[in-house]
Amino acid sequence: MKVVKLLLYLVLSGVAGCSGLQSALDVHGMPATHLKHLMTAFFWICAIVWLLVIVTLIYALVRSHTADASTQLDGPRTRIAVSGAVAATAVIITGLTIASFYTTRSIDTRMGDAITIAVKGEQWWWRVRYPNPDWVLEFETANEIHIPVGRDVRLQLESANVIHSFWVPSLAGKQDLVPGRSNTLLIRAERPGVYRGQCAEFCGLQHSHMGILVVAEDEASFSRWLASQRVVRSRTMDDEAAAGERVFLAKPCAACHTVRGTFATGISGPDLTHVGSRRTIGAGLLETTRGSLAAWIADPQTLKPGNNMPMVPLTSDELRQVSRYMDVLR
Amino acid sequence: MTVGSPERDTRDSRLTDSELQRQLAVTWGSAGGLWNALSNVDHKVIGRRYIVTAFVFLALGGVLSLAMRLQLSQPEARFIGPDRYNQIFTMHGTNMMFLFAVPVMEAMAVYLVPLMVGTRNIAFPRLNAFSYWMFLAGGILLWVAFAIDTGPDVGWFAYVPLAGPQYGTGKRADIWAQMITFTEISALAVSLELVVTILKQRAPGMALNRIPLFVWSILVTSFLVILAMPAIMIASTSLILDRLVGTHFFNPAEGGDVLLWQHLFWFFGHPEVYIIFLPAVGMVSTIIATFTQRPVFGYLAMVMALITTGVLAFGLWVHHMFVAGLPRLGASFFTASSMAIALPAGLQIFCWLATIWWGRPIFRTPFLFVLGFIFTFVIGGMTGVMVASVPFDTQVHDTYFVVAHFHYVLVGGALFPLLGAIYYWFPKFTGRMMSERLGKWVFGLIVLGFNLTFFPMHILGLQGMPRRIYTYQPEMPWGGLNMFISLSALILTTGFLLFFIDVIRSARHGKSAGANPWRASTLEWATPSPPPCYNFQRIPVVGDSTPVWTDCEVLTVASGLRVDRRELLITGVVDASPEARESSPDHSVWPFWTAIAAALVLIWSIFTPWAVVWGAVPVATALTGWFWPKGKPEDES
Repeated sequence: MKVVKLLLYLVLSGVAGCSGLQSALDVHGMPATHLKHLMTAFFWICAIVWLLVIVTLIYALVRSHTADASTQLDGPRTRIAVSGAVAATAVIITGLTIASFYTTRSIDTRMGDAITIAVKGEQWWWRVRYPNPDWVLEFETANEIHIPVGRDVRLQLESANVIHSFWVPSLAGKQDLVPGRSNTLLIRAERPGVYRGQCAEFCGLQHSHMGILVVAEDEASFSRWLASQRVVRSRTMDDEAAAGERVFLAKPCAACHTVRGTFATGISGPDLTHVGSRRTIGAGLLETTRGSLAAWIADPQTLKPGNNMPMVPLTSDELRQVSRYMDVLR
Repeated sequence: MTVGSPERDTRDSRLTDSELQRQLAVTWGSAGGLWNALSNVDHKVIGRRYIVTAFVFLALGGVLSLAMRLQLSQPEARFIGPDRYNQIFTMHGTNMMFLFAVPVMEAMAVYLVPLMVGTRNIAFPRLNAFSYWMFLAGGILLWVAFAIDTGPDVGWFAYVPLAGPQYGTGKRADIWAQMITFTEISALAVSLELVVTILKQRAPGMALNRIPLFVWSILVTSFLVILAMPAIMIASTSLILDRLVGTHFFNPAEGGDVLLWQHLFWFFGHPEVYIIFLPAVGMVSTIIATFTQRPVFGYLAMVMALITTGVLAFGLWVHHMFVAGLPRLGASFFTASSMAIALPAGLQIFCWLATIWWGRPIFRTPFLFVLGFIFTFVIGGMTGVMVASVPFDTQVHDTYFVVAHFHYVLVGGALFPLLGAIYYWFPKFTGRMMSERLGKWVFGLIVLGFNLTFFPMHILGLQGMPRRIYTYQPEMPWGGLNMFISLSALILTTGFLLFFIDVIRSARHGKSAGANPWRASTLEWATPSPPPCYNFQRIPVVGDSTPVWTDCEVLTVASGLRVDRRELLITGVVDASPEARESSPDHSVWPFWTAIAAALVLIWSIFTPWAVVWGAVPVATALTGWFWPKGKPEDES
């Protein structure tokens, strides 16, 4: 069985052959694992059927045709063979249909009480909210979802603009975010890790750059992260960062972005309260470093043409200060 | 010219062969010149125009795919920006589906069906001319819009709200929706003509169980068009109304529904696949019969498979919406119905295999393309079974796996048989053979190039590469395979270039073909190549399903038709017993003017609803001209 699995993996993953961050074959979560088993079964059954058809075709072409020049074409042998093949097809597709049905059922079965996280599709980034009955404990972040390992997580998927699709293949299949509807998707990571996904439904100009990271960590790290995200505004700020904050609040930045604990309460862009702690900026576009932050602020339209962040003219000092400010928002 | 003669009319029964040919040519023919070209209603002339135009669109769509492959050959390439790329992939899909695949299949039918059923022209020949002009106008609209940077950029499926008034600003989505209207009108018109031609104009004796399989496939396809197209018509019209006058059909904020669009679109969109695929199935059956020199095994089973596919085609559309958030139980039903389509498809494959098994295969280019079809299409069928499963689909939906799947089905399943069909019927169209030597190269390069280009896309999809992205980041492990695919596309392109060279060269310098170069069995081969304007000197009488094989020397014919006016023989729906003589309309330029007027209204109405009011005047004028009574007796009969 191990050999077969390895072979399948080689066949399916082809020349590139590496375990990608974002692959339906590199599974680390319960639904994705069930799906991979089903896909493996489908692959082998279909491959065998295809081989049988092709072998039959080749044999039919090369066999000697001299003997049967006058054979009755619709003789009983042919009829039995064709009917048998159709019957076999019926059996196979019935089996595959039943297998699909049971896989769907097992994916939707919850193991315990689930955490709920609200995900909203934006053009072209993900708005992530951790709801809490106590509104003080509720917070919003973007493009990065943290989940505890081994627990069911219920993602509530909505969109207020166009249709998007949430897909982190290592954890689960995709689910659309449809305006006017609320869909849910159950995910569960079995191992700690960072799993990449991206929008799978065409949503306009920057559909290509709408990545999302799911960070699965143990319960203790997850609680620490939750606590750190609930904090408003970073307290450790040097002079440069403080200057950056003043620029941020004076310039148009604050009209679109929120930094909790300041007057910046815009909601059309991502919440930046802890932007420095997130692994990427621009929805998976660049790794978060002070340099990439500065590059993004200086010219967002070249890095991600058509996105909704305008270029705000800043002097080089201001740019340095704002990027420092972003960097310390951890 | 015989008006006033004592008999009042001239019948073919009392003329010698040469005199009959002369008179028929006068009655059915058309003089040269631009004016006569615009007014021609001969199904062969219009069919040829349709085929050539559709192949021009194929070439243009192919150029677009090369542009996409250039952009995707390496990560974060900057050859094409996102705005242009979105237009390009939308144009590629829209062009290939609406301006190539569906029209080219109907075009083949427009040319071949009247010949195969043994009649002199298609039913409603002026409507046929009108449908071509509408198709041409729609194609020009789309491509001119693209050339001036207003090409649609919302995908060939134009999902709302992205294509709605709020997010699809400008006129791009309107161009898309209105182009759909053009092709809807032309496809519906052609389908009606074909249904009537097949049901009422068959040669005497060609009972339902003697119709060639290609004609059966066209009959089923035409019914699919008639039943499926109204759904997209409602959808695209609602979209235009949403955009032009704010009707809110699809706006959830005002009580509309986003998923309604998807239901309407795919209720048309899935049968669309079979509208393209079923004619190809008919071509495969025809080619297999000729190149094994046997009738296809299981005629009744094949016909039933065509009809079953046609019925099931309307029960599958939800499998395009498995991840849209519909209830699981409902989705499972559509898994079952989508899987069930494997039964008629499998049945047809098995019948072809049985035919090849007992036949003596003759390895000429058309037959090679059929072998390439089986090899490739069965892979597409297998991945079709995979995406039919709800859970499997949640991983591969909207990824390159699906791109691979439907190219295997549409290119492997429809384009390969079509290329085979072009090689097969080219001698009939032009009187000349295509090159057998070049043909083998074309076959080899296209089948190899296709599989090298599209098979790796399955892997890319499983590795997480979504569709419709204009680029990807260097850290994703997709660069190598994408470069490989882009290079393989060059092999495929070379194959197509050779094909076009072969067509153009053979049309002028090909070997002379004769009436029946392949020793085929159907009626189109019982007339010279290319066929005269009146198709058959005398209407053949059919005694079985392979009339040319049975009566290889002299075909039995019916006589008694008038030759001094365009006259057809109308026969019964089931047994094709002669029922009446019916006049067939003469050449007319009015379909051309009507198409111009209708195109004007449709394009104008992108900009203002008043176009419908004022544009009604030229349309009504042109239609009045079209239907103006001529005072000739045939108009009153």
